[in-house]
Amino acid sequence: MSVKKFVVGCFDDEKVLFPAIKNVRRAGYKIHDVYTPFPVHGLDHALGIRETSLHAAGFIFGITGTATALGFMGWIFTSDWPMDIGGKPHFPLPAFIPITFETTVLFASVGMVLTFCYLCQMMPGVKKHHFHLRATDDLFVMVIECTEKANETEVTSFLQNNGAIEINVQEAETGWWFGRYDKQQKLYRHEEVGY
Amino acid sequence: MSLLKYESQLREPLVDGDKDYHQVTEDICRPIEARPTMLWYIGFTISVLLLLFGIYSVYREVTYGTGEWNLNKTVGWGWDITNFVWWIGIGHAGTLISAILLLFRQGWRTGVNRAAEAMTIFAVICAAQFPLFHMGRVWMFFFVMPYPNSRGPVWPNFASPLMWDVFAVSTYFTVSLLFWYSGLLPDLATLRDRARTKFRKMFYGFTSFGWSGSTKHWQRHESLSLVLAGISTPLVLSVHTIVSFDFATSVVPGWHTTIFPPYFVAGAIFSGFAMVQSLLIITRKVLNLEDYITVGHIEAMNKVIVLTGSIVGCAYLTELFVAWYGQNQYEWWAFRQNRLNLFSPYGWAYYGMMFCNVVSPQLFWSRKLRRNIAFTFFMSVLINVGMWFERFVIIVTSIYREYLPSAWSTYYSPTIWEVGFYLGTFGLFFTCYFLFAKFFPVIAVAEIKAILKTSGENYKAKMTETEKMDADKFYIEEVERAH
Repeated sequence: MSVKKFVVGCFDDEKVLFPAIKNVRRAGYKIHDVYTPFPVHGLDHALGIRETSLHAAGFIFGITGTATALGFMGWIFTSDWPMDIGGKPHFPLPAFIPITFETTVLFASVGMVLTFCYLCQMMPGVKKHHFHLRATDDLFVMVIECTEKANETEVTSFLQNNGAIEINVQEAETGWWFGRYDKQQKLYRHEEVGY
Repeated sequence: MSLLKYESQLREPLVDGDKDYHQVTEDICRPIEARPTMLWYIGFTISVLLLLFGIYSVYREVTYGTGEWNLNKTVGWGWDITNFVWWIGIGHAGTLISAILLLFRQGWRTGVNRAAEAMTIFAVICAAQFPLFHMGRVWMFFFVMPYPNSRGPVWPNFASPLMWDVFAVSTYFTVSLLFWYSGLLPDLATLRDRARTKFRKMFYGFTSFGWSGSTKHWQRHESLSLVLAGISTPLVLSVHTIVSFDFATSVVPGWHTTIFPPYFVAGAIFSGFAMVQSLLIITRKVLNLEDYITVGHIEAMNKVIVLTGSIVGCAYLTELFVAWYGQNQYEWWAFRQNRLNLFSPYGWAYYGMMFCNVVSPQLFWSRKLRRNIAFTFFMSVLINVGMWFERFVIIVTSIYREYLPSAWSTYYSPTIWEVGFYLGTFGLFFTCYFLFAKFFPVIAVAEIKAILKTSGENYKAKMTETEKMDADKFYIEEVERAH
């Protein structure tokens, strides 16, 4: 992948960050991402990122688990090795409920966590480019991609005017892990409410 | 104004002292980065010694069979299954705090959830040892797994409660581990970015999975936590329900009771919270985290204790009433003769249980006692003793004198190796906990930061009158919008 140039602006207060995001988006610059030490509520909306559909994946994994458990137990008890346990029916549905439920939960949670790791490109030992070490401590780090429309001096001064306490320019290689969330961002619309 | 969330001024702050985001990181990460204290080394050594004793006890059992535990034909489930139910019950508080309180949006969970979830995982590991070694031939344990084998294939009986238990406990362990670890990722990344030494950089770099704190990742992380909480809630209720099915689906007087599932779940949460109290009262003192695990947190947990303790008490009395009202002479015998009769061989266990679980927690109706740390610690130990008695009463007093007097057991008491196995799981539990407290943040750093500006003492105090009015207005508008 190609090496790109980014302007990194750090904010220390979410009250400054939110108006800054609004201004940056209004000015038409492309926010690559905002890195925060904790989940800041409303930040995804402010950036115009769409809702995640991870929970839908969880549902699909869950029903896969339900079907697997019921199908497997049904096949074993009725066809593969039918056992006569005290003359009870071969497909005792109420007695299958506990295992079916547990398998549903197991599939849903394992599947969701793996999907989460895949989508966020996370794995033990993955090395990523971290724009600022304090992004996991106390700074909100806004990363803007430099394009032909946005040169670095212009963006730097723009961020300075919007309350960034520390600004620098970095070059980073956009690797397989990098994510392209900027593609999800919609342009700023005037009717957007809040923040 | 970017108002994140409104919190009433009447509510007690959840984070004491003058903190900012960086200070929170500092306070929680410092014990991990500093050298362990003398107290840590002493505690760790004792735990490892206990663990070694446990391993030796297990070695004796594996070599000579379960007879080494004084189990006999009549009392086939003695201390080991008692301990299994006890440990698995303790685990339930962690999931309750992390899942159910997340769904109820209880802010105070953030201070205690990480340690409680860790406790859950270690408790489940300890619990799993008992049924495993109770099999006698532990090397054959994989027979319980449904896998294609060369013996037919012969499958396990999926309609058996013991099989349900295998699925319930292993699912519970896996889901708790995933939930705990996914919550840990951002905090491990914090430690990685603070790391100075090469080992630390490598260790936390590896364990944090390359977490960056990107907005999209947080959005997915929040969604993941919420869904995991949503499915963990019925899961935690199901696990102890299924444990209670091990008893309730049998036809043994004293076990064959429909009240068992809710009664076991309430008891599990009750004992689990007591264990969380014992652990956190020590942890907050040793690691100087009194600002994050405040007296308010302890009081909140004591409220849960008095609630669940009362539910358990109610269940004891219901069970007793139904044993009499049901007119089943065997059931009534199990209660009247084996339990209620103080002078029967195990009468002491029944009354011990009643005192520790039903009578003593009622003292927590007093606010002063709820907020007394030394008293809470004492009570937490007492409750765990009581809950151990409960499981012992249920198991042993029901089976030692069953239908046929010819099968009545002589007085069952454990051998040193059975006790040693139990002590060994304490060793395992505390060894894990000490390592956890040394290498991982015992408090969820990111979650504390997320509530800091609404629930931190200094932020609440600094809120100006206009801001309070703004907040009130905002809140009212939100409520109106919701309607």
